[in-house]
Amino acid sequence: MTGSQPWHLSLARFDSRPSAEPVHGNLGQVRHVVLVLSGKGGVGKSTITTELALALKHAGKKVGILDVDLCGPSIPRMLSMGRPDVHQCDSGWVPVYTDTQKSLALMSIGFLLEDPDEAVVWRGPKKNALIGQFVSDVAWGELDVLLVDTPPGTSDEHLAVLENLKKHRVDGAILVTTPQAVSTGDVRREITFCKKTGVRILGIVENMSGFVCPHCSECSNVFSKGGGEELAKTTGSVFLGCVPLDPLLSASIEEGRDFTQSFPDSATFSAISSISQTLLNSLQTD
Amino acid sequence: MADVPENAPEHCPGTTSEQAGKSAPCQGCPNQKLCASGATKAPDPAIAEIGEKLSTVKHKILVLSGKGGVGKSTFSAHLAHALASDTTKEIALLDVDICGPSIPRIVGLEGEQVHQSGSGWSPVYVEDNLAVMSIGFLLSSPDDAVIWRGPKKNGIIKQFLRDVDWGELDYLIVDTPPGTSDEHLSIVQYLSATHVDGAIIITTPQEVSLQDVRKEIRFCQKVKMPIIGVVENMSGFVCPKCKNTSQIFPPSTGGAEKMCADLKLPLLGKVPLDPRIARSCDEGRSFLSEVPDSPAAEAYQKIVKTIQDYCSNRVTEEQSTI
Repeated sequence: MTGSQPWHLSLARFDSRPSAEPVHGNLGQVRHVVLVLSGKGGVGKSTITTELALALKHAGKKVGILDVDLCGPSIPRMLSMGRPDVHQCDSGWVPVYTDTQKSLALMSIGFLLEDPDEAVVWRGPKKNALIGQFVSDVAWGELDVLLVDTPPGTSDEHLAVLENLKKHRVDGAILVTTPQAVSTGDVRREITFCKKTGVRILGIVENMSGFVCPHCSECSNVFSKGGGEELAKTTGSVFLGCVPLDPLLSASIEEGRDFTQSFPDSATFSAISSISQTLLNSLQTD
Repeated sequence: MADVPENAPEHCPGTTSEQAGKSAPCQGCPNQKLCASGATKAPDPAIAEIGEKLSTVKHKILVLSGKGGVGKSTFSAHLAHALASDTTKEIALLDVDICGPSIPRIVGLEGEQVHQSGSGWSPVYVEDNLAVMSIGFLLSSPDDAVIWRGPKKNGIIKQFLRDVDWGELDYLIVDTPPGTSDEHLSIVQYLSATHVDGAIIITTPQEVSLQDVRKEIRFCQKVKMPIIGVVENMSGFVCPKCKNTSQIFPPSTGGAEKMCADLKLPLLGKVPLDPRIARSCDEGRSFLSEVPDSPAAEAYQKIVKTIQDYCSNRVTEEQSTI
């Protein structure tokens, strides 16, 4: 890597002109691109993205995560990445790797803020410009899967990602919901978004699906029950599975620890493993 | 001129944007010269109109977070219900989450439509004294997606504030989507000619939430929005069988309590996780009426009282300076 100046985001100096380089260049060696969408906030998109990435990495795949949640970038903390400098090379910006083997790469606005509490108060056009650069100017290199973590909604960020990925194939999207109707109500709209924009729905994950009390093993449906599976049925989508509400997963995410390595015997890990395997199967049959 | 005029190209940055007339999508647009001249960046007349329209609203409260899924809409709806339990007060709830409008379902008004009259759009009433407006009422199907860029979202928010026949109100509560973007800038901008009592910030105990909530707090400071206080939602879960408490969303960095102490903000209260809340929201009923004796309902009522006191103290302060 021909390292040069670390690149910190300074709003005054930010160049919001769209990149002139073709997209294909930096994504040319990325085999599969999968969006992680919801429509609803706080259902666990970033958590599921992180756990799927870790599961795929441990299955021997080279994985990248592109975090396009510009207002609330969660992934750097979940992977315990701290705030390393982002460097440039000849083909663009070098993503940040979680390990020396470079099996898991990440790009997030979280790395570019001088002050982690700084709010990114941008309207749509400025968000679109940065996302364009994240898609075309990050030197991902060779990847089996690039997971794209998104904010909730069906707006600028989502349109910007798809527009910039037009020249490169998007394999499809995983939709995350909780069991509640308040959540599936928004996810139905996200399904419409996918249909309108031609994004294949790889499947629906129902997260926070029941809580098993560690003291007495009673299962409580904290966020109602069954909505994800019902949504998959009514929309003709694949149901990828349920991930339970697990304080051990929440704690791992909080502390940036690899849950898949710490708790391989848990029901939560089985659920995540099964989802990542199903995902891989659906990508490999293309 | 409308923020995104009818004859504008698809990626119009908005006529009041810094990029108006200058960005790549502006090439070939019939309004390009006008936008580039700066004429469209004069203060939006709607701001003064909204100031006038909302002069009959005594108290305005924004419900913000930064983080999604922490319970903003749940809190907004139940704050509205609690305030409306005093039938002498007129309450309104405005949902400016354009892409994910949850309020209609939570208040049991899913499927309702908005009507227009000579005096503007009529909000939909939950109770005689509780009015609601949401883009959810303008969509013909629960599957309809609102795939709008910023400028168009800003336009509908302006209409909600200017063209809805709110009437005289004691409280207007504004529920927002997560983030610090178009919707948030627009609501602050369009309310700039009115007095906003302040914002309530909702969080859950984990650092993953708090790190986004701190950004929202910075946003409030940047736009000089007073913060009434912070509510910590989903604060512990008591198992209905064995009554032991589990921290499903652990306060690994001290939760809202530590954040409030660090930032010198009031912690209005902590609301525990209760499966009956999710069920009530799904069924469109107020859990304050369904399970009034639950710890969650009691926590909510205390928080509502604190908010009411804050608002009436503000009125008293203003009167004493006249």
